[in-house]
Amino acid sequence: MYPPKFDYYRAGSVEEALALRKQHDGKFLAGGHSLIPVMKLRLSDPGVLVDIGRIDGLKGISAANGSAKIGALTTHAMVEAADNLPDILPEAAGWIGDPMVRNRGTVGGNIAHADPASDLPTVFTALQAKIHVAGEGGSRVVEASNFFTGLFETAMSDDEMVTAVEVPSKDNHTGTAYAKLFNPASRYAIVGAGAMLTMQGNQCTAASVSIGGLLPNAIRCPSVEAALFGQTLNEETIAAAAAAVANDIVADDVMGDIHASAEYRQRMAPVFVKRAIAAAAARA
Amino acid sequence: MQITITVNGTTHTRDVEPRTLLVDFLRDHLGLTGTNIGCDTSQCGACTIHMDSQSVKSCTVLAVQADGADLTTIEGLANGSLHPMQQAFWDNHGLQCGYCTPGMIMSATKLVEGNPGISEAEIRHGLEGNICRCTGYQNIVKAVQQAAGEMGGD
Ligand SMILES: Cc1cc2nc3c(=O)[nH]c(=O)nc-3n(C[C@H](O)[C@H](O)[C@H](O)COP(=O)(O)OP(=O)(O)OC[C@H]3O[C@@H](n4cnc5c(N)ncnc54)[C@H](O)[C@@H]3O)c2cc1C
Ligand code: FES
Ligand code: FES
Repeated sequence: MYPPKFDYYRAGSVEEALALRKQHDGKFLAGGHSLIPVMKLRLSDPGVLVDIGRIDGLKGISAANGSAKIGALTTHAMVEAADNLPDILPEAAGWIGDPMVRNRGTVGGNIAHADPASDLPTVFTALQAKIHVAGEGGSRVVEASNFFTGLFETAMSDDEMVTAVEVPSKDNHTGTAYAKLFNPASRYAIVGAGAMLTMQGNQCTAASVSIGGLLPNAIRCPSVEAALFGQTLNEETIAAAAAAVANDIVADDVMGDIHASAEYRQRMAPVFVKRAIAAAAARA
Repeated sequence: MQITITVNGTTHTRDVEPRTLLVDFLRDHLGLTGTNIGCDTSQCGACTIHMDSQSVKSCTVLAVQADGADLTTIEGLANGSLHPMQQAFWDNHGLQCGYCTPGMIMSATKLVEGNPGISEAEIRHGLEGNICRCTGYQNIVKAVQQAAGEMGGD
C-alpha cells in the first residue's frame, strides 16, 4: 500500500510552514504516525504535504517558573523519558502504541489530529494545559478544555499550527495520574481518565479530572471535581466521586464500535476515573 | 525528489517520488528485501529498522523524511558472525515461519540497549509493537533475555 500522490515541501521555520501551507492549501506532516496510515487507507488525500519535522526549536522540553513547555515536535519517547514533567505525562506517553510509534509520533501531531482514542487530549485536559498556537497574525494560547471541540476537531483553523504545550511543573503537593483501558491490538484508549489533585494531608484542596476515549473529544469532569473538593479522600469518598462521572457524560454522545460497545465504555468510565484519582492522591 | 540515505554504512543518492515509503525504498530501490512488510498498516512491526539509532516502522515513514538519515537494517546487523540477538533467536528456536523475525530482532536489539538485566515483563511490554503469528512469543522472550545478558548493555 502506498499513499496517494502529493507534492512535498519542507519548512525550515514556523513562518515558512504557515506560508507554504497556505500557498498550497496543504497539510502539515510531523511524525506521520496518524497521517501516513490514513493516507495509505485513502481516507485522506491532501495533495500537498508541508513537512514541519525539521523545524529547529520545536523539539524538546524546557522548564521555567512553575511550568514546563513541551515543543510540538517532541516525541512521545522523549516525554516518556522526561524527569521534569508531572507524573501523568511520562506515564501516559509510555503507554502510547509501542516503542516504534513513540519514537516517531509527536505531541503536537497527537493533539492536532484529536483522535478520540488518543491519550494526550485527556492528559492535557486534566493538567489544564495551555496550547500555544501560531498563525499568520501571531500566536495565541488556548486552554486545553477549549481546544478539543469534537471528533478529530480542534479550536485551530487550517491556517494555524501547534508550537508548544505548556503544563504545570511537578510539585510536591500535587499528584497526577492517568488510567487507561487499552485496545489490546492497537493500544489506543477505549477509555482513558486523568486526574490532578492537590492535597493537604488527606484533604483534597484542588481537583482537576478528565475523561476521554468514549466521547468524541476529551472533557473535564466538573461533577467529579466538585465531589472531591474539600473531602478527606479514602476508598469511599473516591468511589463516590468517581461515580459522579455519570453526570458529566452525555449518554447519547458515548461511542461504541467493534472493540467495545457504548454501554461497556460507559460502565468502565467510573472504574478508570476511580483508578486515576486513587493513583493521583497517592502521589500528592 | 533527490534524497541521500546511508544504509548499513553505504550512502545512496536516489530520485524518489515523495510518496515512496521507506520500506519500499529499501526493498525495491536498494534491493534490501530482508525488511519485511507484514500488515502495511503500522501495527505488526515486521518492517522495523533502525533510523538514527532508534527503532522505527519503515512502512510508516516516507523516504523523504529519512533524507540524510543513517539506517541499519537486518542485513547490516551481522558483523562477520551472527549478532548475539540473531544467535540467541537461533539457539532458543525463537522463530517458526520467520516472517516477523527481522522486525523482532531489530526491535529487540534497541530494547535491550543499556538494560542487560531486562525483565520478562519489560521484554513483553517492549515488544508490544511486534506481532508474531506462530511462536506464542515464549521462545522469543527467552532469546531476547539471553542476548541481553550477552550484549551486556551494548
Ligand atoms: C500503531 C499505532 C498505535 C498508536 N497508539 C496510540 C495510542 O495508544 N495513544 C495515542 O494517543 N496515540 C496513538 N497513536 C497515534 C500517535 O500518537 C501519533 O503519532 C499521533 O497521533 C500523531 O502525531 P504525528 O506526529 O505522527 O502526526 P502526523 O501524523 O504527522 O499528523 C497528524 C495530523 O496533525 C497535523 N499536525 C501535525 N503536527 C501539527 C502541528 N504542530 N500543528 C498543527 N497540525 C499538526 C497533521 O497535518 C495531520 O493532520 C498510535 C499510532 C499508531 C500508528
Ligand atoms: S508492515 Fe509496518 S508495521 Fe506491519
Ligand atoms: S515466526 Fe511466524 S510470524 Fe513470527
